[in-house]
Amino acid sequence: MQTVTRNQLVEKAKELLNNGTVTRVLGIKKGEFSYDLTPAVFTSAEELEKEFEFNGFAAANFSKYLVKLADGEGKILVFLKPCDSYSFNQLLTEHRFNRENVYAVGIECDGFADYKKIEEEFNDGIKSVEFNGEKIEVTTLYDGKKELAFADYMLERCKNCKTKKIAAFDELLTENSDETKNTRFEEVEKLEAMTPDERYAFWRNELSRCIRCNACRDVCPACTCEKCVFNNPDSGVENKAIQNSFEENMFHIIRAFHVAGRCTDCGECSRVCPQHIPLHLLNRKFIKDINSFYGEYQAGAEVGNRAPLVNYTKEDIEPKDAVGRGSEE
Amino acid sequence: MQVNEFKPKIVAFCCNWCSYAGADLAGNNRLNYPDNVKIIRVPCSCRVNPMFILRAFQRGADGVILCGCHPGDCHYTSGNYYTRRRMALLFSMLEYLGIEKERTRVEWVSAAEGAKFSATMNEFCEQVAALGENKRLEDLRCKQ
Repeated sequence: MQTVTRNQLVEKAKELLNNGTVTRVLGIKKGEFSYDLTPAVFTSAEELEKEFEFNGFAAANFSKYLVKLADGEGKILVFLKPCDSYSFNQLLTEHRFNRENVYAVGIECDGFADYKKIEEEFNDGIKSVEFNGEKIEVTTLYDGKKELAFADYMLERCKNCKTKKIAAFDELLTENSDETKNTRFEEVEKLEAMTPDERYAFWRNELSRCIRCNACRDVCPACTCEKCVFNNPDSGVENKAIQNSFEENMFHIIRAFHVAGRCTDCGECSRVCPQHIPLHLLNRKFIKDINSFYGEYQAGAEVGNRAPLVNYTKEDIEPKDAVGRGSEE
Repeated sequence: MQVNEFKPKIVAFCCNWCSYAGADLAGNNRLNYPDNVKIIRVPCSCRVNPMFILRAFQRGADGVILCGCHPGDCHYTSGNYYTRRRMALLFSMLEYLGIEKERTRVEWVSAAEGAKFSATMNEFCEQVAALGENKRLEDLRCKQ
């Protein structure tokens, strides 16, 4: 459950709107249910009061929206969770938006719930999901009311939260903490320990479900190219209907490769995947390799850091020594 | 005499300044290398996009080798340093997805190393031949 409440955020947003610091607020809009939230822009106190929402499903990473929104009239207010703040720095490093036009308020994060996991728990007909302390109360059509423990239904990225440090802000709404955890590579290590045949079978099983909706690409704060290699209508492989196993593999390899070294591991790709493909395992493999080959690197830790793939040293590891190193260790 | 012996298709990306000249030298010196190695000349090893490697596999290659100048000798000062990082990550990822790591290789061949070029190609060909056909990154639509 979040320590930061909706009212706290609304108050802050109203205050900044009223004193003229910002003209717009980037936040989250209520949906029909507590779990279908949409990022939205608010321009007045009434709108905020009426439609602003913040609950255990408000996991969206706001940083990418700034690429388009920071160009508007006046400053825009954005609430940055630790994950968002790393993407924020990374986008600034790549000059994707103007820092002057953004007013960032850092907020503490205690993890978010994964609706897909909750959904799997019930047959169908979830009517409402409410957060109550450490519990999630789910009301369904057929099973009545049920209580779930919040900790069991967190997003994967929150379970293995890499850090609770807010890396960029103009103002902090809550305390900043230095808490870090180093469990995020465990699953990658498990995969590395398998034989190539097992790994191949594992990935075929995962990637064959891909429907090429491009949601992982669209949501990714590192994927901000105006023209994407995958948007080529002449390629003949733009959508699922004309794809085969090769294209599935290629899309995912190239997608992950294009963000290698710039991926902050915010986990949005896995969160939005409608087919439950663990895309973070691809990104984390690259992060793990970069850490072990070229030294620890966290994308977005500071503005202006040079990403590993646009950098080199004369003593870099040779590809033949690098391949398969993880599995031998 | 074996009739149906498997001959792997090998795509070799060679940089214009070192490895391609190295291949030339191998030819001048009458050193053999297998005829199933198809050389693609690129201005610099750094020109090779990860997509090229995957496309080569898609279009039927059984192995892909990338040859460039020795680190420090790049015609464009630093191109091959970037290649080295990129390919280390890409090949590591391919291995992670279960594609045999023997199918891909990076080798530094200078313009004076005709013998190394020929030896590398012979060895790589044997290595790929031992693995058999590329099944894991194949595209059936591209099969003849």
